[in-house]
Amino acid sequence: MIAEFGLAALWLAAVLAALQLGAGIVTLRREDEVLAALVRPAAIVQGALAALSFGALLLLFYRTDLSVKLVAANSHSLKPLLFKLAGAWGNHEGSMLLWVTVMALSGALIALLERRLPERTMLATLAAQAFVGLGFYVFILAFSNPFERLPQPELEGMGLNPLLQDIGLALHPPTLYFGYVGLSVAFSFAVGALLTRQVTPAFARTMRPWVLGAWIFLTLGITAGSYWAYYELGWGGWWFWDPVENASLMPWLAATALLHSVSVLAARDALRAWTILLGVVAFSMSMVGTFLVRSGVLTSVHAFAVDPERGTILLILLALYIGSALVLFALRAGTVAEGERFSVTSREAALVMNNVGLSAILAIVLLGTLYPLVTEAFGVRVSVGPPYFNPVAAMFLLPMLAVLAVGPLLRWRRDSIERVRGPVVLAGVIAVAALVAVLLAGVSGILQILGFALAAAVAVGSVLPLKGRSLRRLPLATWGMVLAHFGVAVSIFGMAADAAWTKERLIALHVGETTQVGPWKVDLAGVEPVAGPNWTALEASLLVSYKGGEPVYVAPQLRSFWSPPQQTSESALLTRWNGQLYSILGEEAEGERWQLRLWWKPFVTFIWYGGVLIGLGGLLALIGRVRLDLKRRYVTARGKRVRGEAPDAA
Amino acid sequence: MRRSAWTLWLPLALFAVFIGFVAVQLADPAQTEVESAMIGKKLPEFVLEPAVSDRPGLATADLRDGKPRLMNIFASWCAPCAVEAPQLAELQRRGVEIVGVDVRDRPEDVAAFLARYGNPFARIGKDDISEVQLGIGSAGYPETFVIDGSGTITYQHIGEIRPEHVELLLEKLREAEG
Repeated sequence: MIAEFGLAALWLAAVLAALQLGAGIVTLRREDEVLAALVRPAAIVQGALAALSFGALLLLFYRTDLSVKLVAANSHSLKPLLFKLAGAWGNHEGSMLLWVTVMALSGALIALLERRLPERTMLATLAAQAFVGLGFYVFILAFSNPFERLPQPELEGMGLNPLLQDIGLALHPPTLYFGYVGLSVAFSFAVGALLTRQVTPAFARTMRPWVLGAWIFLTLGITAGSYWAYYELGWGGWWFWDPVENASLMPWLAATALLHSVSVLAARDALRAWTILLGVVAFSMSMVGTFLVRSGVLTSVHAFAVDPERGTILLILLALYIGSALVLFALRAGTVAEGERFSVTSREAALVMNNVGLSAILAIVLLGTLYPLVTEAFGVRVSVGPPYFNPVAAMFLLPMLAVLAVGPLLRWRRDSIERVRGPVVLAGVIAVAALVAVLLAGVSGILQILGFALAAAVAVGSVLPLKGRSLRRLPLATWGMVLAHFGVAVSIFGMAADAAWTKERLIALHVGETTQVGPWKVDLAGVEPVAGPNWTALEASLLVSYKGGEPVYVAPQLRSFWSPPQQTSESALLTRWNGQLYSILGEEAEGERWQLRLWWKPFVTFIWYGGVLIGLGGLLALIGRVRLDLKRRYVTARGKRVRGEAPDAA
Repeated sequence: MRRSAWTLWLPLALFAVFIGFVAVQLADPAQTEVESAMIGKKLPEFVLEPAVSDRPGLATADLRDGKPRLMNIFASWCAPCAVEAPQLAELQRRGVEIVGVDVRDRPEDVAAFLARYGNPFARIGKDDISEVQLGIGSAGYPETFVIDGSGTITYQHIGEIRPEHVELLLEKLREAEG
């Protein structure tokens, strides 16, 4: 019954989305109070129904109901509970249901809470949201029904890819989905604003928390995904420019650009058409990413069920959403009055440079991801990897970092270099000092050297906006900006340090033998079999000591799962404040020796610390914004004059 | 300053190009087999030791005597290689000369394999480091190449030879002759 209940709730949610869309369109064409009054309630009920439907799927996975095809294919009665539940979204059908559920809940939230925009714009936004949602409902109901029953219940489930049996991975896709859906809300706002010609600072302020929220999830999702790939795949690298990674990076780049341009629009009423375009692009990137990964057009290390038929439907949805939004953009953007002007030395100009840089990197990643497809069409097989992406992306990233070091110090509209000369010189001196220091330390490689120098400049530049301010009265949003920019510096430092100072050793040892990697002495104390809940493994005991200090045990494993049978390397990491020792146990070599792969990676953890700081900065800004909005609403309600945008909001 | 109208259509145009392109890609399903880039080219120079005592080894020079042959990439540990054994036997019975490249194998294992599934090979070279396999652009097991009388690779068959492929391979051999 649960499956049928879930399916029925899903059908009803789809019907309400259709109602929401239809009523929204009609009210755009003519005044109709009855229909207009239907739109918000439809959105709210639709959200509730979608949530019920997803809840039903979770319950099926909780009970391991093997009469349901999806459960039988993706779960197993012996699997730990958390991974049973994660199985609900660890597959195509379930993840699509999660997507549409989060989207419907966002729609419900807007319908419940949002009162700042003109009502017509609101209704147009909800209609756009229903338009996007409806496509997904049709997709799920017609082609990817997660509640499909088997004619005969299975006796046991087919398990889950053991590589995917990991807490990080259980949380990774939903995190990215929250991000994608947040961007779909931004998209709907952009379409609503275009339809009703209301591209105003109020629109930007309404859209901003959604962009910010989406961006926080994407930032943390990418950070976590990078760390997952780092410790799980056992290659010792943290970013592989794999199509799946690129698929998550592209919406992040667009969202980062959008986040900055929406701030310009909110504070200064400039960059109107550009912000709208970015709103469309950011969502389209999340759709393009999903499409490229799921359709099988590109191949990747990530094991998604690839299905050209579903790919075709995703492509149709993509063409429908983005195509119609871009047609609307082409027709309407010309009539959106041009925004406020600003001078070349101003906060706006710095943010425009940020946007240009991010857009360029986005284009580079998109081209690099698609390039193998293009050449294959001409019969040439290539694979595009780090040798392309690293230098070309760095070409734009490095100047952006230079702008980032000083941009936040500039005033809106018009500023002079003279006024900020002191801080600029300070950042420059710090950069040069860092450059000399790493050169003296023997670092070679132009990217690493510039990375260190600019990380130092950005670290200093990021906290300079705090100078001369009352720290207690500083808006949370400004704290958020400072923290996020500092996080960028931390991350860049980690990347440069990893590239410059990593030591690697590949060696075959007898038990009892010792080797050295960087400052670490590594002693192979033994190799023993161990057993886990659904795997067995060979586990190496490594006795490691840092610069002759107290020895510690680490235990990398070579794991064999039996359902389905698969062998994986479980790396063992030892984290110090200044880096990580990374160890992998390989196969037994001839003569009772064991293959070991060891890395000493100085400061590699800073890459992810930085990512977390960036996300936390976003969170602070979001809290600050929402609090300010609530206060403003309260003040407006009491009929007082509303204070303008905080002057340093970025 | 009024924005010129055509620039506003630019994003749509780029998007349309993207959609058109991937739509074409979707219609043409992704190739899952790796085709050799060596088809139509001369075999690389190699000399392989015999893999078993009762058959000679294999060298490029053996494949330039004017007679087209099949060159089969196999190993005793490869299950599909056992599956195609009856088809290789059938090809041999119909007068085709087959030479084998035994990849990363132990002598006793390959001897047992041939004893169990039959030995259709005139020569078997022992390719312990996949030197020949990689040299001719083979990416898996088993694969079968048609080599014409001058030592040129004219056709690649990926995967096991099923009964329905026998006629096709005979046809390819005739083409290599003519």
